Amino acid sequence: MANEPRKQQSRGAKSARAPWREQAESYLNHHRKVARDSARRMWQSPVASMMTWAVMGVALALPVALMLLLASLEGVSAGWESSARVTAYLNDSVSIEEARELKAEVADDSRVADVELIDRETALEEFRASSGLEDALDYLNENPLPHTLLVTPSESSRTADGVEMLLTVIEGLDGVERVQVDLGWLQRLNAMTDLLGRAVWALALLLAAAVVLVIGNTVRLAIENRRDEILVAKLVGGTDAFVRRPFLYTGAWFGLGGGVVAWTLLQLSLWWLSGPVERLAGLYRSEFSLNGLTIDGALALIIVAMLLGWLGAWVAVKRHLDDIEPGEIAGG
Amino acid sequence: MIEFRQVTKRYDSDHTALRQVNFGLQRGELAFLTGHSGAGKSTLLKLIMVMERPSAGEVIVGGQVLNTLPRRQVPYIRRHIGVVFQNHQLLFDRTVFDNVAMPLEVMGTPARDIGRRVRAALDKVGLLSKEKMNPMQLSGGEQQRVGIARAVVNKPPVLLADEPTGNLDPELSADIMRLFADFSQVGVTVLIATHDIALINELGRRTLTLDHGRLVPGAGAAGGRHG
Repeated sequence: MANEPRKQQSRGAKSARAPWREQAESYLNHHRKVARDSARRMWQSPVASMMTWAVMGVALALPVALMLLLASLEGVSAGWESSARVTAYLNDSVSIEEARELKAEVADDSRVADVELIDRETALEEFRASSGLEDALDYLNENPLPHTLLVTPSESSRTADGVEMLLTVIEGLDGVERVQVDLGWLQRLNAMTDLLGRAVWALALLLAAAVVLVIGNTVRLAIENRRDEILVAKLVGGTDAFVRRPFLYTGAWFGLGGGVVAWTLLQLSLWWLSGPVERLAGLYRSEFSLNGLTIDGALALIIVAMLLGWLGAWVAVKRHLDDIEPGEIAGG
Repeated sequence: MIEFRQVTKRYDSDHTALRQVNFGLQRGELAFLTGHSGAGKSTLLKLIMVMERPSAGEVIVGGQVLNTLPRRQVPYIRRHIGVVFQNHQLLFDRTVFDNVAMPLEVMGTPARDIGRRVRAALDKVGLLSKEKMNPMQLSGGEQQRVGIARAVVNKPPVLLADEPTGNLDPELSADIMRLFADFSQVGVTVLIATHDIALINELGRRTLTLDHGRLVPGAGAAGGRHG
């Protein structure tokens, strides 16, 4: 220690050195030391620590996995919404010439990207081919189907509101009998994802509470194991904050481990599922893909896990540490 | 330095540990506290350490009235009071050095000062060569001296000892008493609870005697005479 030049200075002119700086320095040093010490203690009982991490990891991975799934589903419904097409059925009395005029009129609208006219004969052919009702259709004297306009909204109008507005405009045109947009199943999907979203949040809250309790219990045991040390620290004038600190760090480290385990579990299951999901999406000609956590997401997961660990430790410390008072040392 | 004014400590309705105790100890005074077991010695020490609060009366340490001290402030009072226990309360999961360093760490002493002050305290009790050992490897007398080093490492103005020589043979006890006398020489107020009458007689210092919670009137009880 004598070879530290700084020490020689400070001994002579102790008051010259800003005391708050020295205080802050030793405060930070103590934090570093306690953080290191708590981590070292965790390594000393690796099996127990890893089990706690695993419990936390599973509890955290489950809601995060559901949230990822939900985000992917919302991506799908957004994709389909943009490709929504408006179908306008024209009056039976509208002739094919009038239908062509209507088509041109609709196409002029800036909100419309493309209009396709399906005349009644083509429609009947398609129907005959796809429905399997050929025989039944043969009994009909005349074609029951109207001319139809298939309207694709322009890029900017591909929102629920935009489509809705376009719908009213087309509905107001002369010769349009009925307008249909097949948003029903999309709305049902949205309603379902909304419901699922809430369920996931409720599950996440429950599991977060479970994590807090698990950490609380683990830290309670740690407190019991270090009872003597706590007593002596309180005896020689350790503040509550000083006594709590190692346990709060322990909780945060448990959180860190749990977060990393959760992330690993997520990456593994993603890797395991990605093949089948791609195949399934391919069968549905869907763009659907399972998205993993981004780097930001992984960081957020780990930070949340550490906060939960810290909170669990805090609950345990609050409940059990204050009970340990040195009064019992001195005996009767 | 330490003053008790009409201090009464009642635990339950039928158990009164201390009754209207009055005494004062000056800076640098060394006094013994004796009495049969259950006379209230430990209670008296606990009141000074703010492990207990008096039911009535005032306990004043270093000019501070402890009765109304908020709980948050208690640690800061304890930093000014060194305590030595019969069973020394050392931690066996760390070295002698780390045991003695605890009061300094609690205070946030810079690391380089900790080394210097711990070694000074260990030197004082003659255990400088054993700083790296585990207290478990030391003899009873040595463990007690480590406890004393820990109690004085932050140079507290008050030193309390609860049966510090309880488990030691007379020769070691005398050694330890000499240490306490040295501390009082440099201005530390020392109060030693013991029922080792021979030792008390040998040193011939002021003695406070408790009997069923009352201070027995006599040579030591009256007040601030230097011992």
